[in-house]
Amino acid sequence: MLEKALIKENNKKFWNWILFLLVLSAVGFGSYLWQLNQGLTVTGMSRDVSWGLYIGQFTFFVGVAASAVMLVLPYYLHNVKEFGRITVIGEFLAVASVLMCMMFIIVDMGMPMRVVNMFLYPTPNSPMFWDAMVLTGYLLLNIFIGWNVLEAESKGVHPPKWVKVLIYISIPWAVSIHTVTAFLYAGLPGRHYWLTALIAPKFLASAFATGPALLILICFILKKFANFDAGKKAIQKLALIVTYSMSITIFMVVVEFFTAFFSQVPAHMHALQYLFAGVHGHNGFVPFMWVFVILSVLALVLLIPRKTRENDKTLIIACAAVFFSMMIEKGLSFVIGGLAVTPFGRITEYTPRLPEILIIIGIWAIGTLIASLFYKVVVSVKRETDVTSKNFKSQETLEHS
Amino acid sequence: MYNSRNIIIGLVIFIGIFTLPFVFGIGKKNDAPKLSLDTPKINELEAKECIEDTDFMRSNHMKLLSEWKVSVVRDGNRIYVSEKDGKEYEMSLENTCLDCHSNKEEFCDACHTYAQVEPNCWSCHVGPEEVK
Amino acid sequence: MDINRRKFLKVSGVFTLGLGLLPLGNALASNKKVKYAPNPKALKAKNWAMVVDMNKLESELDECISACHKTHNVPDIGNKKEEVKWIWTDSFESLFHDIEHGHLTGKIRHKNFLALCNHCENPACVRVCPTKATFKSNDGIVMMDFHRCIGCRYCMAACPYGARSFNFKDPRPYLKEINPKYPTRTKGVVEKCNFCSERLAEGLLPACVEASKNGGLVFGDLDDPNSEVRKILDSQYTIQRSYSFGTKPKVFYIV
Repeated sequence: MLEKALIKENNKKFWNWILFLLVLSAVGFGSYLWQLNQGLTVTGMSRDVSWGLYIGQFTFFVGVAASAVMLVLPYYLHNVKEFGRITVIGEFLAVASVLMCMMFIIVDMGMPMRVVNMFLYPTPNSPMFWDAMVLTGYLLLNIFIGWNVLEAESKGVHPPKWVKVLIYISIPWAVSIHTVTAFLYAGLPGRHYWLTALIAPKFLASAFATGPALLILICFILKKFANFDAGKKAIQKLALIVTYSMSITIFMVVVEFFTAFFSQVPAHMHALQYLFAGVHGHNGFVPFMWVFVILSVLALVLLIPRKTRENDKTLIIACAAVFFSMMIEKGLSFVIGGLAVTPFGRITEYTPRLPEILIIIGIWAIGTLIASLFYKVVVSVKRETDVTSKNFKSQETLEHS
Repeated sequence: MYNSRNIIIGLVIFIGIFTLPFVFGIGKKNDAPKLSLDTPKINELEAKECIEDTDFMRSNHMKLLSEWKVSVVRDGNRIYVSEKDGKEYEMSLENTCLDCHSNKEEFCDACHTYAQVEPNCWSCHVGPEEVK
Repeated sequence: MDINRRKFLKVSGVFTLGLGLLPLGNALASNKKVKYAPNPKALKAKNWAMVVDMNKLESELDECISACHKTHNVPDIGNKKEEVKWIWTDSFESLFHDIEHGHLTGKIRHKNFLALCNHCENPACVRVCPTKATFKSNDGIVMMDFHRCIGCRYCMAACPYGARSFNFKDPRPYLKEINPKYPTRTKGVVEKCNFCSERLAEGLLPACVEASKNGGLVFGDLDDPNSEVRKILDSQYTIQRSYSFGTKPKVFYIV
């Protein structure tokens, strides 16, 4: 089936797109070689802000990966038929995202050649060990499930029974990957911005907003460029999921303000003050945070009223707003807000540097490349089955008449 | 066979590239390195012996060092008791091994270079040539 | 050829499994007994701890720092962001951020205090390390195994005392002189104070303690009621950095 990714067709646009992504990946890879040679000094990270954009992006894309469950769960547990056409798209989005997460972890490591130490010396008390475990497991689950379901579909049969079992396992597993990722942060003394039980639920809620929003955007792209229609109903169902998840996410962002500012405990207020208003002239994140506020309000305003949610154009704007607002909140400010405000009450600012940004763009390009090739397979399989079922139907009607 | 012509050409090129190093090496001699034991400290020794038999050291020094590093750092053991004669040595690459073998280039590097192994010990442990 | 794909995969699977088990077989085969022992001269304790008496130490801060940094090949990177330090000074208001109430005398608030790894009894860095590269040894020292560190920097996020430094670049060019008795580090690993475990093993006190000639630094066993550390703790008012985090630090301060 893999060969379908390489079918030539007369699709110059697609191959130009792939070429473009390959160039970006090469640039990223080159920058990574530079980083390997020089050390992490080429990034903007420092002794105080010891994690930066890499880990932020990692966290964000764990969310995107986990969000596949928002298709799988309704389809397999609640028999939401509309999602039948697109669950595979969600699963392959998960595969691409998990691979990106792994790359973000590797590029963040000071000693990437020692990565196997995590498996050679398993350490069950470390959330990072569990994160490596659940992510690897989730990757394998989604590759097996996505592949088998798609292969069964291309042959016109039902997927084997054991795939069903894997699918049921993958549902709590998806929740686990993001919970463990939240636990990376939520149990560290002295990091007050992270020290809240709300991290895991907030991560999950925002993931279930971001992932489906991205899927809606992907569906529109596939409709425009690949002649693949996910169906209005499926997209509207997804839009509803985005609406609820986004509302819950923003609710959880807001309640943190109450706890911090009503209690007036300085350590609790400090990070929020730094991020949204700036402290002692340190205000590098203030513009980003206000873009986040504007985008998330815009998203909610467009998502909650039925009229704008059901209009394709406004829905696209809303989904893009959800994606980028969450990219700021989770992929940028969450990690840095927790570290920039040091436990000694001082603030160390962080500005990513060029090699770091190029590496991130490279990883994005590789992720998009993997997803694009997967989606080419998916779309050609779906198109074939569409054609055969159409032929079958027309034959039937011919025979009857 | 489909495309047999292309496949055969491809195979020939592949084998050609693959065997290139052997082809270049034909008729050339590559003598094993001679390890020098000519250091002041070793010359002072009556019996020129290492902490274990030479044969054992030659084939197992990397394993031994790898066990040492665990024992010293993680278990807090600093003393190695020789199997040969029960003599005790401090387990230290810089302070024990390199104390006698102070000619790292003629001793360690000579063989490592010949065998193309690049032990990463020296990115932290300080060889005599690096002491400023 | 009557070998089909399925059969081939099965056979090759068994072979790879066998290859995977090979090291196990090797381990069982070599039952050679290797003998290791601790140095008999070593200073022993169940739970090493330190008292920093700022009244006696004030004039010797620089000596303590340079003694440590020379002994352990700690580089002088020259910029705050990537700085590497095992022992350093900082103002009271930073180090004791949570007990600085705003009406302390300026003398105390801006006075430079000595800071180092607290060798916590309940260390957060050890809890988070995914490879056990940082671990608690049985004499109560929080140790770093530079051989095993993967440079994930989780411990730096977990340590609330800022005791950990990361080698953002190769440290060797930033060393004025190298002490050949102790290794340097390589780029990509985390490092911190080790309470001079390599000196304790030879029967020597930590380098900083040795350098504090007025007795400003006292080193001893927290579990031994007769140790000098315990005598001071039993008789004088001492404080600790961020005790409320539950890490149980083992460096005590006399202000």
